[in-house]
Amino acid sequence: MISTELVDLSRWQFALTSMYHFIFVPLTLGLSFMLVVMEACYVVTGKEVYKDMTKFWGKLFGVNFALGVATGITMEFQFGTNWAYYSHYVGDIFGAPLAIEGLMAFFLESTFIGLFFFGWKRLKKSTHLIVTIFMALGSNLSALWILIANAWMQYPIGSEFNFETMRMEMTNFFDVILSPWAQAKFGHTISAGYMTGALFVLAISAWYMLKGRDLEFAKRSFRVAAAFGLVVSVFTIHLGDESGYLVAKDQPAKMAAMEAAWETAPAPAPMTVFGFPDEENQITRANVEIPWLFGIIATRSLDTPIPGIKDLIEQNTKRIENGIVAMQTLSSLRKDPTNTELRNRFEQVKDDLGYGMLLRKYTDDPSRATPEMISQAAQDTIPGVNIMFWSFRAMVGCGIALLLIFAFSLYYSAKDLIVSRRWLLKASFFALPLPWIACELGWMVAEYGRQPWSIYEILPVHLSTSTLSVASVTGSLIGFVLLYSALLVVEMWLMVKLVKTGPSFLGTGRYFFEQNRMSDKE
Amino acid sequence: MIDYEILKLIWWLFVGVLLVGFAVMDGQDMGVGSLLPFLGKNDTERRVMINTVAPHWDGNQVWLLTGGGAIFAAWPLVYATAFSGLYWALFIVLAALILRPVAFDYRSRVPVQKWRSSWDWALFIGSAVPPIIFGVAFGNMLQGVPFHFDETLRSTYTGSFWALLNPFALLCGLVSIAMTVFHGANYLLLRTTGLLQARARQVGLVAGAVTALLFIVGGIWVYFGIQGYVATDIDPAGVANPLLKNVQVSEGAWFTNFFAYPVLFAVPLLAIVAAVVGVLCEYVWRPLSAVLASAVSILCIVLTPLIAMFPFVLPSSSHPVSSLTMWDCTSSQLTLQVMFIVTLIFLPIVLVYTGWAYKVMSGKLTAQYIKENDKSLY
Ligand code: HDD
Ligand code: HEM
Ligand code: HEM
Repeated sequence: MISTELVDLSRWQFALTSMYHFIFVPLTLGLSFMLVVMEACYVVTGKEVYKDMTKFWGKLFGVNFALGVATGITMEFQFGTNWAYYSHYVGDIFGAPLAIEGLMAFFLESTFIGLFFFGWKRLKKSTHLIVTIFMALGSNLSALWILIANAWMQYPIGSEFNFETMRMEMTNFFDVILSPWAQAKFGHTISAGYMTGALFVLAISAWYMLKGRDLEFAKRSFRVAAAFGLVVSVFTIHLGDESGYLVAKDQPAKMAAMEAAWETAPAPAPMTVFGFPDEENQITRANVEIPWLFGIIATRSLDTPIPGIKDLIEQNTKRIENGIVAMQTLSSLRKDPTNTELRNRFEQVKDDLGYGMLLRKYTDDPSRATPEMISQAAQDTIPGVNIMFWSFRAMVGCGIALLLIFAFSLYYSAKDLIVSRRWLLKASFFALPLPWIACELGWMVAEYGRQPWSIYEILPVHLSTSTLSVASVTGSLIGFVLLYSALLVVEMWLMVKLVKTGPSFLGTGRYFFEQNRMSDKE
Repeated sequence: MIDYEILKLIWWLFVGVLLVGFAVMDGQDMGVGSLLPFLGKNDTERRVMINTVAPHWDGNQVWLLTGGGAIFAAWPLVYATAFSGLYWALFIVLAALILRPVAFDYRSRVPVQKWRSSWDWALFIGSAVPPIIFGVAFGNMLQGVPFHFDETLRSTYTGSFWALLNPFALLCGLVSIAMTVFHGANYLLLRTTGLLQARARQVGLVAGAVTALLFIVGGIWVYFGIQGYVATDIDPAGVANPLLKNVQVSEGAWFTNFFAYPVLFAVPLLAIVAAVVGVLCEYVWRPLSAVLASAVSILCIVLTPLIAMFPFVLPSSSHPVSSLTMWDCTSSQLTLQVMFIVTLIFLPIVLVYTGWAYKVMSGKLTAQYIKENDKSLY
């Protein structure tokens, strides 16, 4: 049996490295797009301040991008190093979008980012703008392909199990790339990235205004960010709603955990706005409910019931029992591959093969599983309720707060009153961490909510690992944490230093420290 | 649909192309990075060196990332087995590679000597360590690595990290770093001037000769000292399950392909000839020809072991039947075909804009140029 310790360590390593990666990713996605907007303003109006804006925010973009690339390199190889059985089992489908991401997106963004930074004097104005557009396009395409891969893990379509090769194989490429899950995920995640970019520019510009520095520069940046931010917030929230609808349709266990829905409520179900889920006794205390709302949002109808946790466990127990038969049939079939009768029998039960594999956490031979093991495995099919319940609410809360901030900011900067609304400038500045918190928690909802599966209903996480020693994974985990944390500290330090100096570091002679003859403390 | 057999062959070629692409393209900036602390005698010289590759290193590195992705998509069993088996070797490569982007980008942002020289060493590690380890990995592949599959095709690696550092593998590591340094020195000859250029030339002359020499030693060692593998009962059009064939270990087996098709000897010969030509071009100050020659030499050096091992890609020393060959480690026919079409469309596009980027950024870099663009360069 695969040791639980190994599985947990591998999960920690994947979770930490990908969450580090996703500190930098949303800002790259958002800022690259804002750079396009700013540079387009420059090309159209010819005003130097827009060029300075593009260069200034471009520098900050570069500092962030370096760590995005550094942490991304690990991700590309981690499926092979730590999730070898996973890579074998689904590489036929999952590897394709990853390879296409390299060919179509990474090459594009990495080549054009070089020209973006170093091509200012060597390219015509309009050619440089095209370079910037391609760079932004590259990072968005990279998000598209990786999210197609990720969406397939959540909703595996266009593929089938092949008993001769013992793995999933692709049956329809277009089903994989046009999956509704991929569309919702792509839309929600990139617009979340745009929000991050917009808030970053908004918050730092607000700080300059609070300090009374470089007002012209800050006001323009602020206005671009507020307008862009408001539009993309609406998209983020809309596509979050779409994601929620898909979860309710295709992953009832995740939905039940998000809503702490212990019982199947009569349709249309009420929405729990607040409360304290008690996992041991399977009830929610001190809950505040809005009647009908959950039913309407999750099913978009008034008469579809949403299954609760207790009922789901019961259903899944049956599927696990069925899965035991599937595993037995598969092993006979592999010894006698030409036997058509066995083959037909396997066809009938193979949808529950993954459920049978859940028992491999408790025994090497699922056909000898005890009723306790089966009951344990059925419990496992529900992700931890408290984590899901709170992560989801916090993400939504951040989204609503950000929407309000962008709306007020746009209103006052359109009326040109923003410099005197200090409460709003302060709010914008202190909201800086919110988009990151929302993004990380969003991934928590999506990924932790997929437990115990790595491929939903097909491959459990505890079978997905490589055959490694606990010591090896502990060592590499410590190594990554130390290395990444050190780099993160350096990055933050450099970022703060550049932000404090402001556009003066461009050396144009037009900005605060240069005008005031102060040294820029270098 | 295209024949499964043909698709498998095409993907063997494509993986070769991506590996060669990585070695040749990233070889430039890794070579420059490996030389950085030694050739750059002061901050300005170091900045000149860094800025010759500054606009390109990130695009070049994508050859490696795409290579990884393509192996995942086309040879999932190789991706799974090799990377989990060589866990610590890969961890070291990753840690080194992680330092590179940060070093490039952060180094010149703070004008403090300590800060800059620390990042220079980070850049050196990030540039020199990966070629050495990739060379060592090739050396171990030629000897076979200890792993086996169980009946559910889960792989288990039974060797230790230290066993990878055997004499033959270390020799391969040296070949790899020598050719990288050679290529980087040629590139510096092309893009720099003055004393720096003269120093790069001297290093290049030595590195080129060492590359050719060590490569020849490696060939002789393989002939007399390394056992090869032979596969039988293999069905090229069959399903991708490595446990269905038979494999024997045999003396001199890595030369069978060459003796069967003597024209293949052209590849290792060209590797040596190109290295010598590269040295000569350097000697007579012909930088562009020198860069092209070292590129050809690298191409042939990477292809030689691939051809010798064909159809093997990852032989198993502990359980030869588990060995992976390009006939039985692949994805399904549909995936190979889809990926073939995608590659056929996008690889040429990549080559076009990469070429354009090099053209836009071409020309000599001087100390003067660095001074004038102090704030905007690396
Ligand atoms: C392409 C696939 C993929 C993508 C794009 C992501 N993940 Fe993921 N994630 C996995 C594939 C995956 C996985 C390989 O399947 C893991 C490892 C163990 C597991 O349960 O799922 C996982 C686990 C995992 C966990 C731990 C869950 C647990 O073990 O309880 C977290 C918190 C995240 N991921 C977060 C993220 C973040 C922040 C991502 C943004 C970059 C992300 N995931 C992208
Ligand atoms: C878990 C799977 C993932 C893998 C294997 C992966 C891999 C990588 C790699 C190798 C790079 C560096 C490319 C370069 O050199 O330019 C990278 C960067 C990047 N990745 Fe990921 N990534 C993953 C998740 C994600 C997700 C979920 C997103 C977005 C939604 C994303 C978006 C990006 C972007 C925008 C970059 C550009 C660099 C930056 O972030 O600053 N990645 N990724
Ligand atoms: C305000 C309304 C919002 C709703 C209703 C919402 C809904 C959701 C849902 C249901 C998921 C899970 C999808 C899955 O399980 O696969 C999710 C994921 C996610 N959310 Fe949100 N969200 C909202 C706001 C935000 C905000 C403001 C951000 C960030 C700025 C954000 C970032 C993310 C990210 C990065 C993910 C993971 C990727 C994905 O699965 O799409 N969300 N969201």
